[in-house]
Amino acid sequence: MSDVTTTATSERGFFDEGQYPGIFAWLLSTDHKRIGLLYFWCIVTFFCVGAILGLLIRLELFAPGETIMGAQTYNAVFTLHGVIMIFLFIIPGIPAAFGNLIMPIQLGARDVAFPKLNLFSWYLYITGAILAVTSLFTGGGPPDTGWTFYVPFSAQTSTNVSLAAVAVFILGFSSILTGLNFVTTIHRLRTEGMTWMRIPLFTWSLYATAWIQILATPVIGITVAMLFAERIIGTGLFDPAQGGDPIMFQHLFWIYSHPAVYIMILPGMGVVSDIVPVFSRKPCFGYKAIVVSSLAIAFAGSLVWAHHMYTSGMSDMAVLVFSFLTFIVAIPSAIKVFNWLATLYEGSILLDPPLLYALSFILLFTIGGLTGLVLGAAAADVHVHDTYFVVGHFHFVMFGGTGMAFFAAMHYWLPKIYGRMYDKTIATVAWAVMVIGFLILYISMKIVGMQGMPRRYYDYVPEFTGLNQLATVGSWILAVGLVLMFANIIRGIFKGDPVEANPWGGASLEWQIPSPPPMENFGEEDPVVTHGPYDFTKAGIL
Amino acid sequence: MSEEHTHIVPYKTFAIVWIGLLILTGVTVVVAQYNLGAMNIWVALGIATLKSGLVVAVFMHMKYENRLFKLSLFAALAILAIFIGLNFFDVLYR
Repeated sequence: MSDVTTTATSERGFFDEGQYPGIFAWLLSTDHKRIGLLYFWCIVTFFCVGAILGLLIRLELFAPGETIMGAQTYNAVFTLHGVIMIFLFIIPGIPAAFGNLIMPIQLGARDVAFPKLNLFSWYLYITGAILAVTSLFTGGGPPDTGWTFYVPFSAQTSTNVSLAAVAVFILGFSSILTGLNFVTTIHRLRTEGMTWMRIPLFTWSLYATAWIQILATPVIGITVAMLFAERIIGTGLFDPAQGGDPIMFQHLFWIYSHPAVYIMILPGMGVVSDIVPVFSRKPCFGYKAIVVSSLAIAFAGSLVWAHHMYTSGMSDMAVLVFSFLTFIVAIPSAIKVFNWLATLYEGSILLDPPLLYALSFILLFTIGGLTGLVLGAAAADVHVHDTYFVVGHFHFVMFGGTGMAFFAAMHYWLPKIYGRMYDKTIATVAWAVMVIGFLILYISMKIVGMQGMPRRYYDYVPEFTGLNQLATVGSWILAVGLVLMFANIIRGIFKGDPVEANPWGGASLEWQIPSPPPMENFGEEDPVVTHGPYDFTKAGIL
Repeated sequence: MSEEHTHIVPYKTFAIVWIGLLILTGVTVVVAQYNLGAMNIWVALGIATLKSGLVVAVFMHMKYENRLFKLSLFAALAILAIFIGLNFFDVLYR
């Protein structure tokens, strides 16, 4: 990106420069790259567990009636699938793993603003994760409420919802502290010449995300604390018999959990915004528009939570207002999609794996986003609410969106971090298999949802058997793609060919330092930035 | 910024604010004796806002902080107001 003078101290960069011996080099490290990798591998592990649970759900639904598990087990399995995927994979996913790995380097910083707090956040994440897993085997058995913990059921069920609520509370703090760290880093640690309008779009998206993390996450903390109090001492906050209001729980829950959807998707959009220009060899079309749309999504996305509640019994006036507000969010989202396409237009496109994953993000996110508008329209939502249409929709945006962006980031930045390249052919084949499996799985869900199959149910009428079997076959294809992709990545990390500093021809700062990056990223002198992150001509790439 | 950090508030100011808070608490108790109809909630919330404002401004030193801190506080309060305000589209029309 500019005049970076680095002295590579060793071929293995920061891997050789741990402050402590052995495992403690990781567990006690305050280096953002090591913490990023700690997050990355934990998140990938939880993703794999969540994916296995998802496969089990699909297997159970292969045929009507009991197939491989009983109804109570099924409830626990889909709850756990949701809790793991939402709280342990997709919310921390890109910000905590790739944000930590890449964001300080993109700013020209040596670390985040509060490195010790950063490590503490990881410990909070692990503590929350351990408690969530513990809740399965202790108390009255695994929670069976779904990840949304709706009252009154969650206040009454004898399963171990209380411990799961504590886990969510602690995970929330991990998220808040990471957000605080990122906002401070982006404000205070930009190197000389790194003006706001030269910040790479990935870091911009993290900035917008971090504000949501700081402002919205406390609400889920309060909500689960209230649920905890309701269960333990019977406060009656959500019990109409004691003057409480069960719908208020849904409001509180979604005041966090809808903005959380944007905590999930915004960093994914940032990844795509960084990848598309590099592989089109063109400056990002409408850089400022993408920046502003990130902030607009963060703001407007905080005002639409009750669109999850059209059929909850809230007032018709609220349904109208929130339906209207929901459509506003589509505008900045569409701005991004159009800008990515305009960036690709007439570019010198290199169909390398990172771009393929980014392109599948654009396709799947767009399908997911448009079906989201069907759900945002109150009249249509009444018909498909709580059906598999909704399940299909949010898997398109969350897995097809954020999940694909996570994989794109993996293929884009891991060669930088590990200094080794995976096999690009296998990565491409894995991508194709995954996308095919994905479409079969989730399009079947959307169709069966429109036909009226309700979500969360253990059983279904025989008429739905065909599409459910198709979906389950899709899940197997998807799983094959995932295994292939992860195996290729892991093999690449250990046995891949060494890569130079800038394998993709990026113009932002992370590509100007050695792969793997040295400790503290830059040499003796801080880098001085003289041009934007997508100015490939000035960077000497074109 | 270091000037704000070293700002020392005299005990007299603290004492005056403390007495002010006690008086406002007294007012709350007295007002509670009367039924003001729909105004009950507004009077109670008004007094509570005034009291928390005093605490934030003086005891928590917001009065002596720079603009960024004031802006951050304002943003947090504005967002809280929006969250609560939007909820009234449900609660008021149910």
